[in-house]
Amino acid sequence: MKAAAPAKRTETYLLNMGPQHPSTHGVLQVKLTLDGERILKAEPVLGYLHRGIEKLMESRTYVQCLPYTDRLDYISSMNNNFGFAMAVEELANIEVPRRAEFIRVIMAELNRINSHLIGIGTLANDLGASTGMLYCFRDREYILDIFNEVCGARQTFHYIRIGGVSGDFTDKARSLTEAFLERVPKFLAEYDQLLTGNEIFTRRIVGISPMTAQEALDLNMTGPNLRATGVARDLRKLDGYSVYGELDFAIPVGEHGDNWDRYQVKLKEIAESAKIIRQCLDKLPEGDIMAKVPKVLKPPKGEVYSRSEGTRGELGFYIVSDGTTKPYRVHIRRPSFVNMQGLDLMCRGMLIGDSVSAYSSIDPIMGEVDC
Amino acid sequence: MELKDRVPESLRNNVLIVKVDELFRWAHANSIWPLSSGLACCAIEMMSTATARFDLSRFGYEVFRPCPRQADLLIVAGTLTYKMADPIVRLYEEMPEPKYVIAMGSCAIVGGPFADSYSVVEGIDEVLPVDVYIPGCPPRPEALIDGMLKLREKIMHPERVAEERAKWAERKKEREAKQA
Repeated sequence: MKAAAPAKRTETYLLNMGPQHPSTHGVLQVKLTLDGERILKAEPVLGYLHRGIEKLMESRTYVQCLPYTDRLDYISSMNNNFGFAMAVEELANIEVPRRAEFIRVIMAELNRINSHLIGIGTLANDLGASTGMLYCFRDREYILDIFNEVCGARQTFHYIRIGGVSGDFTDKARSLTEAFLERVPKFLAEYDQLLTGNEIFTRRIVGISPMTAQEALDLNMTGPNLRATGVARDLRKLDGYSVYGELDFAIPVGEHGDNWDRYQVKLKEIAESAKIIRQCLDKLPEGDIMAKVPKVLKPPKGEVYSRSEGTRGELGFYIVSDGTTKPYRVHIRRPSFVNMQGLDLMCRGMLIGDSVSAYSSIDPIMGEVDC
Repeated sequence: MELKDRVPESLRNNVLIVKVDELFRWAHANSIWPLSSGLACCAIEMMSTATARFDLSRFGYEVFRPCPRQADLLIVAGTLTYKMADPIVRLYEEMPEPKYVIAMGSCAIVGGPFADSYSVVEGIDEVLPVDVYIPGCPPRPEALIDGMLKLREKIMHPERVAEERAKWAERKKEREAKQA
């Protein structure tokens, strides 16, 4: 008698990715549960870069807190400075001079372009197109030249201070910015040829890791990740904080919320940011760049939640003041941390290789995720 | 009769006589393969150093390897937390000898602005023997290049490295005795 062939049986397999992995851009560990080549579950393990910034801020004065925000999301330091400065100004009722507001917006938008360039570059690099990264980093250096001119730093700027900005927007900085704006359409066209029209690149991202608008809203995702699903939510438009209310710009949105849309939204946002900078340069008024802020800053008792559109979504600072020179409690709503929740949903049912592109297109920064 | 005298007269200008050790050291010093182990902010500057404007490949150091088995230089670029300390020591131990460590940025040197935090290691020399320290927060790409050129000199002079490693091992023993 012939023995019955054993029934086909597969077992789930646990694959560990990170903390040392070339595609995690930092120190993230992801536990992938696999069924063959398909991902059943992706569980991020956080905390490899937890530096206790929120706790450290409680033992620093408000002015001393500002450099720590540089190191949260270290690619978009200007936006973080901006967010924290706005929160303290709201708490202490400080009126910022108009010229400073315009300079702040110019810097924040330049930093947004910088951050998106790194996002696109690392996405290309993770999918095997190292050339894409080299091009993006080349164009990023021209933005760093502008930052270097206004504050002397390439990465952790501490340029936007409580009450204004630390240095004036010089004529040289203006000419550098204008030269950069001329470059923007040129390099965008170059990326279109290099990446957007590249069939290998396209196949790796079109239709991969889709997400519906409802799913993204349920997970509280913000920024380009949410806009890629078709929800036009942008705090620059919604709140119109600083001088954004006076400026004319569009909010690019996607359709399917897949990796392709997230990539496209970033490309389009670069063009929109360039438009904002152009308008700010034209409208930039003369005047002071720093409000009169007391040497010893003691905001009155109270609490404030101030939000702004960081490069990765809603960046919120919740500060409780007890009337002394140091904050009683600071809580930071970090967009990368919240967006990371989407990783599991994006990876389910995809192939192992797609976890890398899903991760890159969320574009989290570990300094901000772990805080 | 010396070795070089045994070389035929016609070949004198084309023959270089060196010790094998020295030749390997010279080759090694000019083609370091770093491990791409970015931890935090400094990693971005490390990436910038490798790309077009600063072009680390001018010096032969551009082959960033994600696998410790293929690397001989560990650039610790960023804040080291207690949770990450064990993995980074393991990465170091997985690298083949001879291997070197660069502490990039003030976090890696002494803990930087996070030195008084509850979760941050106060300098990576608590867990790893460091060959070159590069100060800055973060150091500029030029500083990283300078640091790697300093490392080149050290690779050429292994006796200095051995001396420093011995001192580090002594310090580590003292620290452990204190903790016990």
